[in-house]
Amino acid sequence: MLRLEGVSKVYRVGAFGGRKRDAVRDVSFTLGAGEVVSLIGESGSGKTTIGRMILRLTPVSAGTITLDGQDVSALRGSRLKSFYRKVQGVFQDPFSSYNPVFKADRVFAMIRSAYFPGVSDSDWRAKVAESLAAVRLRPDAVLDKYPHQLSGGQLQRLLIARALLLDIRLLVADEVISMLDASTRIDVLNLLGDLKERGLGILFITHDLALGNYLSDQTVILRGGEVVEQGPTADVFGSPQHPYTRQLLASVPQLHKKWSEVDAELAQR
Amino acid sequence: MSLTVTGLAVYYRTLRGDVRALDGVTFAVADGEIMGLAGESGCGKTTLGKSLIRLDGRMRHVAGTVELDGAELPISDNVRMNRFRFTEVSLIPQYAMSALNPTRKIGKLTRDLVESRGIRFASVRAELQRRLELVGLDADVLRRYPIELSGGMKQRMVMVLSTLLNPALLIADEVTSALDVSTQRAVAEALVGFRDHGFVRSMIVITHDVSLVYQIADTIMVMYAGKLAEKAPAEALVGSPLHPYTQLLISALPEVGVRYEGKRLSGIAGSPPSLLNAPTGCRFRDRCPLAFDKCAEEPPFVEVEKDHFVACWKAG
Amino acid sequence: MSTPDERKAAAVPGVGAVSTVVSARRESLYFALRNRKLVGGLAVVLLFLGTGLIAPLFTAANPLDYVGPRGEGPSADYWFGTTIFGQDVFNQFVHGLRGTFFVGFFAGLLAGVIGMLIGFVAGYRGGMLDEILNMFTNIVLALPVLAVLLIIAAYLEVRDIQVQALIIGLFSWPWVARAVRAQTMSLRSRDFVDLARLSGAPVRRIILREIAPNMASYLFMVFILLFGGSVLFAATLDFIGLGPTEGISLGLMLRNAVTWTALQLGMWWWFVPPGLGITAIVGALYIMNVGLDEVFNPRLRET
Repeated sequence: MLRLEGVSKVYRVGAFGGRKRDAVRDVSFTLGAGEVVSLIGESGSGKTTIGRMILRLTPVSAGTITLDGQDVSALRGSRLKSFYRKVQGVFQDPFSSYNPVFKADRVFAMIRSAYFPGVSDSDWRAKVAESLAAVRLRPDAVLDKYPHQLSGGQLQRLLIARALLLDIRLLVADEVISMLDASTRIDVLNLLGDLKERGLGILFITHDLALGNYLSDQTVILRGGEVVEQGPTADVFGSPQHPYTRQLLASVPQLHKKWSEVDAELAQR
Repeated sequence: MSLTVTGLAVYYRTLRGDVRALDGVTFAVADGEIMGLAGESGCGKTTLGKSLIRLDGRMRHVAGTVELDGAELPISDNVRMNRFRFTEVSLIPQYAMSALNPTRKIGKLTRDLVESRGIRFASVRAELQRRLELVGLDADVLRRYPIELSGGMKQRMVMVLSTLLNPALLIADEVTSALDVSTQRAVAEALVGFRDHGFVRSMIVITHDVSLVYQIADTIMVMYAGKLAEKAPAEALVGSPLHPYTQLLISALPEVGVRYEGKRLSGIAGSPPSLLNAPTGCRFRDRCPLAFDKCAEEPPFVEVEKDHFVACWKAG
Repeated sequence: MSTPDERKAAAVPGVGAVSTVVSARRESLYFALRNRKLVGGLAVVLLFLGTGLIAPLFTAANPLDYVGPRGEGPSADYWFGTTIFGQDVFNQFVHGLRGTFFVGFFAGLLAGVIGMLIGFVAGYRGGMLDEILNMFTNIVLALPVLAVLLIIAAYLEVRDIQVQALIIGLFSWPWVARAVRAQTMSLRSRDFVDLARLSGAPVRRIILREIAPNMASYLFMVFILLFGGSVLFAATLDFIGLGPTEGISLGLMLRNAVTWTALQLGMWWWFVPPGLGITAIVGALYIMNVGLDEVFNPRLRET
C-alpha cells in the first residue's frame, strides 16, 4: 500500500539556503493494510520528518513515496485533498494539535466542511457518534469543550476519531502517547491495535522501544536520519544485529529486569 | 533515619479554594537510601519534592513536620530554610537543564552559585573537576556555554552542581524524562554513583516512569491524588504490589517482549479526582475494582509486611 | 455558562461548520460585554468619536472663524474658551477630533493591512519569498521616515488630511510585518496548523481561520498602536508645519497654541483639550486591548 524508496530529506539552512543538513538519508520500507510499522529512533533520528513527508507536510528531497502506486509528492489541489481522505495523522502533543481559541470538536467541523458539505445534521451527528464510539469516548464528555478542559488521552482519542470520520487506510501516529500518563496510554495503544485489526495500516513513530514492540509487525530503527536495522519486529527485538539496536535495547528501563541482567543477556547472544 | 516526614500537608491557594496537592503524608528515607517517588501527573509528587526545600508563593504549609537527621526543617520559613538549601537538602528541579543561564559560561555559573553560599570557589575547584570526570564530563565544559552541551551533558552538569556541597538529601525531579533512551540510562546510573561515592547520603528520585526508578531505587513510593498509596522495597513493589492502584499501574506498562496480540494490557478507567474539592475516604475508590463500603473511610497508611506500607482496606 | 439552546446547538459537532463559529462568536460577545476594561475603554473612545461626529453638526461650520472675544477662558458661551485670536476652542476641538480619528483610523488600517499581508505571507510561506519580503521590509524600516515624509509633504502642493493619512499609512507598516511574520512563523509550526492542512484547508483559510484568530488580540493591539502612532505622527507633522494646509486637527491646535505662546500666557484651555484628547484616546484604546486579550483567551477568563 505505502512504499518508500530511497527517501531523503535535505534541509537548507543559513541565509538564502547556503548550507545543507541531512535530516533523512535513503530510507526505504513498505507498509501494507492491517500492518503496523514502528519507526523507532531517538531525537534527531529523522523519524518525525519521515512521518511528515508521508503526510505531505514536508516536501521530499530525493526518492519516492507512493500510495497504491501513486506518487504522493506529485499531488496537488483536489487530488491532495482526496489523498487526505485516505491518509491521516495524529501528533505528539495533544494540546498543540488543537487551536486553543476554539472548542475541541472544531476538528470535526473542519472535516465536515471540507469533505461532507452535503451531509445532513442528523446523519453527521450519527457519523460522529459512531466515530466516537470507535475510540470509546462518550459524546457528552468531550463535545462542546475547550481543549484545556479535556485530558491528554481524551484529546488524542478525539483526533483518532477525527481521522476515522474519513475512510482512512493509513494513519501516521507520531509519538501519540508519549505525553500521556501510564494508566491511559495503554488504552490509546490498544485502540490503535483495534484499528489495525479493522484493516488499517499504521505507521507508529516512537522513541520508546517497548511501545513499538507492543504493537508493530515491522520495525525500523533509525539513527541520525539513516536506517540502522529493519525487519519483522520479532527479529529486530529478538536478535538485534546492529550494535546501536543492542545499545538501545540495553538502555530501555524494564520492569522485573535490571539493566545489569539485560547486559548479561545481550552479552550471551 | 535520614529524613522523616510526618503528616505533611501542603495546599495550593487558588481563587476557587485550596487545592489539596499534598494531603497528609508520612514516610521516612534511611541513610544511603535511594527512594523512587512515582505517580502520574497531578498526584503531588513534585509538590512533595518542592515542599522539602522551598515552598513557592502559592503553596501553603498546612500541617506536618519534616525532620532531617533529627533536626526539624523550618519548611514554611523561606529565610531560615536558606541555611539548609544546597548544603543539607538539594533539589534538581524539573527542566533544570533548560534553566541554565544561556549567557553565562558553565564555570562562571558554578562560581556564582558556590560563592553565593559564602564558600570560596578555589576550595571546591579540585573536587568539582574530580566529579566532572566521574560523570564523564571533560573539565573543559566549564569554559563552554550551556547551549554547547547536549541534554545529557547538561543534566549531568546540573547533578554535579547540586551535589557539590555533599548534601544529606538530594531530590531529583524528572531528571531523565527529557532525555533519549541511551543518555537516560547514563544519567540514572550516575545518580547511583553519586550515592555510592558519598556525594549525597540519601536521594528521592521523582519520576512518572516506574520502570526507570525500579532500575536504580532501593525503595519505591507511589502517590495517588495527593496521598501515599504504597511504599515498599523496589523488588516487592514491582513484583508483588498490594495497593490496587499500584497493581493496575504496573500491569498497564508495556514491556519489551509484550505484544498486543499475545497479552493485551489494559489501562485504568476513569481519571483522578479533582483535588480542589477532594472527596473523603479513599481517593482511588471511584476507579478501584475492589472498592467496597468501607472505602468511604480513609484507609491509613500502615506497614503490612516488613517495610511494606499500603493505604488500602483490602491489603494486609 | 452558555444558554441551553446554545449548548444543544453545539452538542452536534460542526453542524454546518458555521454553527460552532457562530456560538464561539456569541460566547466572545458574552465575555466581552462583561469585561470592564474593554467596555470602559470602548466607552471613552466612543465618547470622543461621538463628540467628533455629532458636535460639529451643531457648531459653526468653520472652526477657524474669529467669533468671540480674544483669549478668554472657558465660559457658558465658549465652553473651552477662545484662542488668542478669538476662535472657539471647543469648535476647533470637535472638528479636530474628526481629523484625528480619520487619520488614526485610515493610516492605521492601511499600515495594518499592508503589514499583516506581508507578515502573514512571509511567515507562512517561508523560503525565498520570505527572504525577499523580509529584505523589502527592512529597507522600508531603515528609511529615515521623518525625513522622507518631510520631503514628500514639502513637494505636495495641496495637502489635505486624506493625503496625510495615506502617507503615514504607507510608511508605518514595516514593524507590523516583522512582528506578524515572527508570530506566524511560530504558529505555523504548531500541530493544529498541520492538522488543518490534513483537513484539506487551503492556505488562505489556514491563515485567516487558524493563525489569525490566535493573534486576534495582538492584531488589535497592532491596530491600536498604529492608530495611536498615526495620531502622534500626524500631530508631529502638524506641529512642524507640514500638516494639512486646510482644516484643523488636534495636532494643529497644539501647534497653534505653542506658536502663539499659550503656555507662557497661561492659556491652558487652548492646549489642554487637544493634549488630553490625544492621550485619552490612545490610553483608552490600550486598556481596551488588555480587556480584549482576556476575552479572546479562554484560559484567562476562568481566574
